[in-house]
Amino acid sequence: MVQISLRNEVDEARQSSGLASIAADLASDQRAFKNVSWGKAMMWIFLLSDTFVFSCFLISYMTARMSTTVPWPNPSEVFALEIGGTSFPLLLIAIMTFVLISSSGTMAMAVNYGYRRDRVTTAMLMLATAVLGAAFVGMQAFEWTKLIHEGVRPWENPWGAAQFGSSFFMITGFHGTHVTFGVIFLIVIARKVLRGDYDVGRRGFFTSRKGNYESVEIMGLYWHFVDLVWVFIFAFFYLW
Amino acid sequence: MTHVATHDSAHHPIRLYLMVWGWLFVLSACSYMVDYFHLQGHLRYSLILLFMMLKAGLIVAVFMHMAWERLALIYAILLPIGAVLVFVVIMVLESDYTLLSRTLHPGLL
Repeated sequence: MVQISLRNEVDEARQSSGLASIAADLASDQRAFKNVSWGKAMMWIFLLSDTFVFSCFLISYMTARMSTTVPWPNPSEVFALEIGGTSFPLLLIAIMTFVLISSSGTMAMAVNYGYRRDRVTTAMLMLATAVLGAAFVGMQAFEWTKLIHEGVRPWENPWGAAQFGSSFFMITGFHGTHVTFGVIFLIVIARKVLRGDYDVGRRGFFTSRKGNYESVEIMGLYWHFVDLVWVFIFAFFYLW
Repeated sequence: MTHVATHDSAHHPIRLYLMVWGWLFVLSACSYMVDYFHLQGHLRYSLILLFMMLKAGLIVAVFMHMAWERLALIYAILLPIGAVLVFVVIMVLESDYTLLSRTLHPGLL
């Protein structure tokens, strides 16, 4: 028995990198993703499925834009903001991008302080992330209001191809919903961190399980994903 | 056992995240500049794609700690994305065909 387990450890050490390690992991007993908790693995798999959802939206937008004979409205002009008589192209969108990136920065640092078991700093950074996320949703609401006042509808708009409106509301709406849910869960997790739930092993009201500071990292995965999706929306919808 | 790719994201210095944050700012500013200076044609599209991929790579690799995950997880998440690219190719061909039909037979569609 001792010899067998020793040999297994040697095998594992040899296969800790390269394609052989993938084959070994996937063929192994009980769990494929070594060193990865179920919570983290499931969040990654959820994010992969969410990637497909957003991909379908962006691909249908691409299909609509490529196949229409009517000219596509110029996003650079549609989303321009006038300040003091000068028109800045995509100004609000650029600000929203910087706000969301900043929220990703504070989130990444929150994860780091979480593993250092610095309760207050972690919670404060998470709340800062939530505030930035809420600011992003607020600016998006402003943008929607502006466009609706200008006559953009899912079925028509004053500037060109009708699909512009439906693509815009669908893609940014779905992304904004993700941000909103992210903000809610950030506040929930930040409260747990601040209260010390992960230090004393207090059980969650919904799952009755003890949590740990990895919850902050899993929350972070979701939040960074929302930022990641915005990178693609910014490139394909606003800049293209 | 050698813990090469194990869970050591707890020991990253904050400086790493601040640097990535800074780079994301610079790259976002660059992609905004693409629009601000009205670059057109292939230059515009390749720059948009370049800055987009760099930003996405930084977020996934560092912020989401993908760079320190085990290969089996990295491949399980990244390989299926290839299906999306295949889908893109299919729909590009389909869109071209639709556009051609609409141009050739304007009254039909």
